[in-house]
Amino acid sequence: MNDPKTRRDFMKLLGFGGVVFASGLAGACANIGRRSGSENDDFFFVQLSDTHWGFKGPPNPEAANTLRQAVQAVNALPRQPDFVVFTGDLTHTTDDVAERNKRMREFKAIVADLKAPVQRYMPGEHDASLDEGAAFQEHFGPTHYSFEHKGIHFAVIDNVSDPKAAIGDAQLDWLLADLKPLRNDAPIVVFTHRPLFDLAPQWDWATKDGSKAIDLLQHWKNVTVFYGHIHQEHHFKTGAIAHHAAQSLIFPLPPPLSQPKRQPVPWDPAHPRRGLGFREITVDDSRLVLTLKEDSLEGAVS
Amino acid sequence: MIGFAVTMLVAAAPQDRVIQVTAERFKFTPSVIELKVGEPVVLELTTLDRKHGFQIPDLKVDENIEPGKITRVRIIPVKAGTYEFHCDVFCGSGHEEMAGQIVVKP
Repeated sequence: MNDPKTRRDFMKLLGFGGVVFASGLAGACANIGRRSGSENDDFFFVQLSDTHWGFKGPPNPEAANTLRQAVQAVNALPRQPDFVVFTGDLTHTTDDVAERNKRMREFKAIVADLKAPVQRYMPGEHDASLDEGAAFQEHFGPTHYSFEHKGIHFAVIDNVSDPKAAIGDAQLDWLLADLKPLRNDAPIVVFTHRPLFDLAPQWDWATKDGSKAIDLLQHWKNVTVFYGHIHQEHHFKTGAIAHHAAQSLIFPLPPPLSQPKRQPVPWDPAHPRRGLGFREITVDDSRLVLTLKEDSLEGAVS
Repeated sequence: MIGFAVTMLVAAAPQDRVIQVTAERFKFTPSVIELKVGEPVVLELTTLDRKHGFQIPDLKVDENIEPGKITRVRIIPVKAGTYEFHCDVFCGSGHEEMAGQIVVKP
């Protein structure tokens, strides 16, 4: 398991709040009572992140093709996910409002080719921080919301529309009200763009008031957070909450604080899509075990 | 360990050395600020274009730099070392490059 390539080739078991390894969990799960009751009721969804449509530059000279390649790769999966979720930075920022809207229209047109029946979106700072989410809302809808899917409660937190990277008390109040009706053992998945914890504030890899969100979420036992922003796979736990960052679909960034500046990993013409990819998340029929699979874009498409 | 005493000020004390730092997309000038241990300094932060931020995570400094205003940060270095600062108000394509260092010498 020390070989990253080997590790990535196989499914990884990471659970809600670390309960995946609890052998007695199955009995506990029977009490949840939110399931359809079918024998094999698992499902999966796909997380794509940081597509930065509109980006041009040496870190990815093929940027005009990468998003389409990602769509092609997801469509080529042996079976299609119940939904795909884009965890922010759908587009690369621009000061030009007309260009910003154009990039969002183009993004929507490209991802419309996804076979997955449902697509969920949230903004990154590149989409929303210059206009506090105005263009994003026009094209994609609300920047924070929640939904239910097959017994899981999903909550989307916006930590980018405020250019200072705060969630804000109003949205935290909404989150509390949204979760309050749920039992404390309800399975909850949070999608957001920036890490909620202080991964590397020196590189702006944090959320100003992320600790408030974590304090709030810790009242529930089975919470998992999926986010983007840092352009690499990363796993961390705060108490019982698991946080999983996804690879990007534009260019990889170096590990947190591994070098003086957070400059993109230089593009390698021999491996033009190295470090780019997406994630499949399978939820088992107990709704308490998540299985993560990291898919590389390298070699996935011609 | 925090190697500074930090105070937000309305005005610098007469004996303090004042260093003017300007912010503009996407750089600080100067981007490297050299200080000496024990020497009180006031950073006078101004912006040449739009709102920016000035954050030194290791020192818990987190200020905004508003157009038309001067933001003053008084610091007394007590330990040699290098401390990173950056703009934490997203300001466009290039925002990620807007950073600098405070270098404290013995």
